[in-house]
Amino acid sequence: MKNILPIVTIVLALIVIWYGAAFKMNSTWTYDQAARAGTEVTFSDLLSDTMQQSRPLLPAPHQIASELWNTTVEKKITSKRSMVYQGMITLKTTLLGFVFGIVIGVALATVIVLSRVGRLTLMPWAIISQTIPIVALAPIIVVLSNAVGTGTLMVPKAIIAAYLSFYPVLVSMVKGLTSPDQMQLDLLRTYGARQSDVFWKLRLPSSMPYFFASLKVAVAASFVGAVVAELSTSAISGLGARMLIGSQFGEPMIMWAALFAAAILAGLLIFLVGSFEKAARHLMGGRAL
Amino acid sequence: MKKPVIDAQNVDLTFQTNDGPVHALKNVNLEINKGDFVSFIGPSGCGKTTFLRCIAGLETPTGGRLTVNGMTPEEARKSRAYGYVFQAAGLYPWRTIRGNIQLPLEIMGFPKSEWKGHIDRVLDLVDLRGFGKKFPWQLSGGMQQRASIARALAFDADILLMDEPFGALDEIVRDKLNEELLKLWAATQKTIGFVTHSIPEAVYLSTKIVVMSPRPGRITDVIESTLPPDRPLDIRDSEEFIKIAHRVREGLRAGHDA
Ligand SMILES: Nc1ncnc2c1ncn2[C@@H]1O[C@H](COP(=O)(O)OP(=O)(O)OP(=O)(O)O)[C@@H](O)[C@H]1O
Ligand SMILES: [Mg+2]
Repeated sequence: MKNILPIVTIVLALIVIWYGAAFKMNSTWTYDQAARAGTEVTFSDLLSDTMQQSRPLLPAPHQIASELWNTTVEKKITSKRSMVYQGMITLKTTLLGFVFGIVIGVALATVIVLSRVGRLTLMPWAIISQTIPIVALAPIIVVLSNAVGTGTLMVPKAIIAAYLSFYPVLVSMVKGLTSPDQMQLDLLRTYGARQSDVFWKLRLPSSMPYFFASLKVAVAASFVGAVVAELSTSAISGLGARMLIGSQFGEPMIMWAALFAAAILAGLLIFLVGSFEKAARHLMGGRAL
Repeated sequence: MKKPVIDAQNVDLTFQTNDGPVHALKNVNLEINKGDFVSFIGPSGCGKTTFLRCIAGLETPTGGRLTVNGMTPEEARKSRAYGYVFQAAGLYPWRTIRGNIQLPLEIMGFPKSEWKGHIDRVLDLVDLRGFGKKFPWQLSGGMQQRASIARALAFDADILLMDEPFGALDEIVRDKLNEELLKLWAATQKTIGFVTHSIPEAVYLSTKIVVMSPRPGRITDVIESTLPPDRPLDIRDSEEFIKIAHRVREGLRAGHDA
């Protein structure tokens, strides 16, 4: 609870700055309108107008909050205008990509650690894969998976999310699986342990702290992947698509509400993964942090 | 005629390193009989660890003959001839103390029904009854080291190899553990190979003290202890003890000057 005060302070400061910026940026439009109508603008007019334009350059925080409220609590969640509905789609893509990413990351790390050939051939490719901008790759993935006949956009979107999320898992797992020192390995040798024993009883459990630490990064990467996929695959649903629609049709409120919905969802995901990490740590006999 | 449990004849070991060959062991001749408590003492780098690892089959001599229970060290390892205790306890932090002791039993394929009996027995031996459900971080360094000894004892090997097991502990804890180790040795009749840097520790524990010297690692003296098997801690003030300690020190100095 000690650290709540600095957080609140920062948030308050940000909100104040935001209001200031909204006032400044939206006032141009107010002045233009007034000039066109040939009327004078008083300061109080200016203040009230900049805070409630329907298509502001920068919506004020309370506008975004009420838009969010309207599109989450007030709307039926089956409605396409509901952020909950759109968020669920993004969430589904994120989680699917996250699971793919974990499976691929762990599998590749295992092959890399257990075989020399794997180490020499796979690792460079994994690194190169992350240097290709995902935005360039996204349409190709959509086209290819359509050609294979996956039907929906869900699969290519999840592949794009997985493409970003497997890498942190891979890197952490390689580090984790190779973390046991020579003494630990020698001890198992004195027991005449098989390679499979070394893997299941020593390498894998040793890698768990690394694995859990990578999950937080991976879930964030998967989320970014899901949103980017929605932005760049001409998808019509999901928070990313809402952002795009908002900006293309000049509906800043939709854009900003989608952005904040995305931020809240991402925060929620990271919090959930963090709680899971804590629980797992506890189960594995770790001391409380 | 009684055959030695560990028999080293002209054992040689040269490590090939990037900076050229390192002659770690030269012409090591040693016989260790069943029930012996053998200490290896010598300056850093004289090959104590290397020799112990050779006995354990973790390192292969480049020359000479080394047998354990009449087998090659490799075969002896596979027949679970020895338990090995490293300088660091190396307990798995994700397993309880019981879980850690259970590890060799799982790997060696002991039937599940026997696990509890083995674990209870060795926990008693190292005086950790009641700590089985604790995790390693909840134990002191000395207790962790005792747990790692219990782990090495769990599968009933005849030989116990220990590489500076108490090296990282303070003297008071060390004294206590030494006393307990002697009791354990008396109770189990195991053959023990024990590496140490401490002269009093070597003299107090051993029936046979092997003094080694470096470059190349070799044995300079083997001292058969004349101390009685029953050794209270204050035996260290006796004339006999001081005499043996003196001889060890002489041996170390001779190796140093050579
Ligand atoms: N795997 C290895 N490769 C190359 N050289 C080695 C290796 N292991 C040990 N050595 C060398 O062999 C010599 C003996 O080492 P060893 O570890 O047996 O000494 P030690 O008597 O146990 O020393 P300490 O008391 O410091 O533990 C040293 O010169 C060391 O550098
Ligand atoms: Mg050593």
